[in-house]
Amino acid sequence: MAKGDPGVSGRGRRAAPRSRKGTTGDPQLVQLLTPEGERIESATGPDGTEYRVDFTDEEYRGLYRDLVLVRKLDAEATALQRQGELGLWASLLGQEAAQVGSGRALRTQDMAFPTYREHGVLYCRGIDPIMPLGLFRGVDQGGWDPNEFKFNMYTIVIGAQTLHATGYAMGVHMDGKTGTEDGEAVIAYFGDGATSQGDVNEAFVWASVFNAPLVFFCQNNQYAISEPLERQTRVPLYQRAGGFGFPGVRVDGNDVLASYAVTRHALDNARLGQGPSLIEAYTYRMGAHTTSDDPTRYRIASEVEAWQAKDPIARMKAFLTNQQIADADFFAAVDEQARTESVHLRERVLAMPNPEPVTMFDHVYPNGSPELDEQRARFTNYMESFEGSAH
Amino acid sequence: MSRIKEFNLPDLGEGLTEGEILAWLVKVGDVIELNQPIVEVETAKAAVEIPAKWAGQVQAIFHPEGSTVEVGTPIIAIDTDPGAGPIEASTTGAPAAALPTPSAASLAAVQVAPSEGAVEPGLIGGPAPGGRTAVLVGYGPRTTAAKRRPRKGDTPVPAQAAAPVAPVAPASPAPVATGPSNGHGPAGGPVLAKPPVRKLAKDLGVDLATLSGSGPLGSITRDDVQRAASAATTAAEPLAVSAPATAVASFGADREQRIPVKGVRKLTAENMSRSAFTAPHVTEFLTVDVTRAMKALDRLRSRREWRDVRVSPLLLVAKAVLLAVKRHPMVNSTWAGDEIVVKDYVNLGIAAATERGLIVPNIKDAGRLSLRELADAMTDLVQTAKTGKTSPADMSGGTLTITNVGVFGVDTGTPILPPGESAILAFGAVREMPWVHKGKVKPRQVTTLGLSFDHRIIDGELGSKFLRDIGEFLADPEAALLAWT
Repeated sequence: MAKGDPGVSGRGRRAAPRSRKGTTGDPQLVQLLTPEGERIESATGPDGTEYRVDFTDEEYRGLYRDLVLVRKLDAEATALQRQGELGLWASLLGQEAAQVGSGRALRTQDMAFPTYREHGVLYCRGIDPIMPLGLFRGVDQGGWDPNEFKFNMYTIVIGAQTLHATGYAMGVHMDGKTGTEDGEAVIAYFGDGATSQGDVNEAFVWASVFNAPLVFFCQNNQYAISEPLERQTRVPLYQRAGGFGFPGVRVDGNDVLASYAVTRHALDNARLGQGPSLIEAYTYRMGAHTTSDDPTRYRIASEVEAWQAKDPIARMKAFLTNQQIADADFFAAVDEQARTESVHLRERVLAMPNPEPVTMFDHVYPNGSPELDEQRARFTNYMESFEGSAH
Repeated sequence: MSRIKEFNLPDLGEGLTEGEILAWLVKVGDVIELNQPIVEVETAKAAVEIPAKWAGQVQAIFHPEGSTVEVGTPIIAIDTDPGAGPIEASTTGAPAAALPTPSAASLAAVQVAPSEGAVEPGLIGGPAPGGRTAVLVGYGPRTTAAKRRPRKGDTPVPAQAAAPVAPVAPASPAPVATGPSNGHGPAGGPVLAKPPVRKLAKDLGVDLATLSGSGPLGSITRDDVQRAASAATTAAEPLAVSAPATAVASFGADREQRIPVKGVRKLTAENMSRSAFTAPHVTEFLTVDVTRAMKALDRLRSRREWRDVRVSPLLLVAKAVLLAVKRHPMVNSTWAGDEIVVKDYVNLGIAAATERGLIVPNIKDAGRLSLRELADAMTDLVQTAKTGKTSPADMSGGTLTITNVGVFGVDTGTPILPPGESAILAFGAVREMPWVHKGKVKPRQVTTLGLSFDHRIIDGELGSKFLRDIGEFLADPEAALLAWT
């Protein structure tokens, strides 16, 4: 790895000060694509690591397609909630690049532990995007197989999944599945608000001292519901890693290329047995915390506008256009695909059957238990005591 | 499915029971697309836009802007196949103002149990007994008196038979139907009310025994309590700064008018009764000769750089309050149970009468502003309030408030503290009065200040000194400025 030499850290007027080392408190933001869509060759992290990506044109277009699809499906889910078809929805609007970048950096064998907002990562893992809608409609518990897709169930409890991920990663390490270039790594997603939870700090301690192959991926979207970042921390979040004994880096979370590069590097370190690291993806939640929230009550319009100018999709589109990697036909085709998939998503959500009450016993134990069987029988009898019951 | 579909107001935020229609973004006859925003609805949690659930043509709008609608009630009807010819001459093209009622079929539909899956929203939400509304997809309040499916072998009895019955009257004839007039009430026996309703009544200072319930078995509902509380405070509120826009009375045959309590009126009522019954108020008065201050204002107005600035006596009062806070920081504080939070910043609230009612936006960190900045901020605040654009953020976080009752021509009042604040100043009219000035009775310009403060934090001594300093500034602002700053 080239050490932090300002001369090699790429072009663009913002590259030089960013790559300077040792400026504690100065937010060093790893960025490979500026908000204007200007490509930066490489960027240097606070520990001197040099980040770069080398994508084919097809891969660049693929990332753009991911971003647009993920945003459109998310918007459809928000609309469905407003129309009474979902109980709740946590929109990822504005955070697409952090999720797609990190999600695409995962290898097949890597395990991910999401919060309830990781619809973009879920999409990248190849899971049917309808799955979380069943959860938020209240007709199932999520529905995908975490082992098959290497993507755990959504965790609603703030920060709890970082401990699950730590334990899982310690297991991977103990099983000897690390230490090679094809080793396994684990990623845990959480937000800026979760960093104030005991769970996350405990996870930092355990992952650090047991050298767990784990990447802590924090999407700092600036708000813990209504609490701004300055109520969570007095230092940039990525610097907290230093106190726990592992590296931390802040990446432009609205830059899909940098998010990919930083995550891939951290995952590779983990799979090689070099222990955990923390990524702070610096981004912004453009929408509400959930559909039950009204962000205009705690943040000002000018702040939202400032972040609008840093939109992850607009900068990727500008880059693809300027570099002639994609043309108007491609963009129109992606929009059309997004529209078709969102209509399809809607139709399937509306057609989701309400589960039979008795199915609540189905997934308590993998092979049932005598006590559970008795409860199920009693409940079935009770349901049959009603007039007109089909049972 | 019928081509005319009615859209019911969904539960927009995990357990809400109602929403207020802020604005319709479409009108009858409009052709709309799927997910096109059709209406802006404000709930207790958020103001949100609702996107259209179907593409088509707007057939009818059931509730006007400003109305409060229960979750599960149809708000709009959409013709999903407008090209297929007219449906019925009487409804097509009917103006929105006509507000046709939802079809009987749709109202009936929302009351039956779901039988054909979850596709139709009307099957999920719907009016439920007890004044509550059943909510969508499993969130939120449930009514205990919900319809129960008949059990095999049961004789048909009303649903309430399964509910606990008041212990004193077990032998009374079996209850026949839900309704307010079934014998249970304030007259005898224990008062029926759910624990949250009892808590609400306690918070609002309402005696449950004085109410007659409109809920099942005559139980008292939230609405009953809130109605009683707002009736009491509306009568008691000394500073009814603005008459609601609906003040033009339209009396029925009984020569009484019933105005629904909602929006700003409802919020004001809740805030005022909460404050009045939690913070022990003390009010003190001070009459001040402000002739010099009025002259100082004239001099200010005549300065070139102040030419375009709105300079009012309220500006000087605001400045007086801000300077006096610096001398007595303790008045700018909040009672937080086991601690007192004293603030180094003053978010100065200015009570404003608007068409929507009384609102109190505040000027953030007003203590740091120069007089000129303060004047501009006050002008902005009033303009924004008058045009109805004051945002919730502008109204939250106030630390100390001025209410300018003088503009209505009265001398002073005993204002009620906004919740969370410890002092509020009423500024009365400035009148020419006989006044002893330099040993002689002369016509002078005089005003009366009324300061209410929270006695849990502020004792008479501090309150008096604070009020005295405000008065001292207003008696001679220039001298006070020289002496204090």
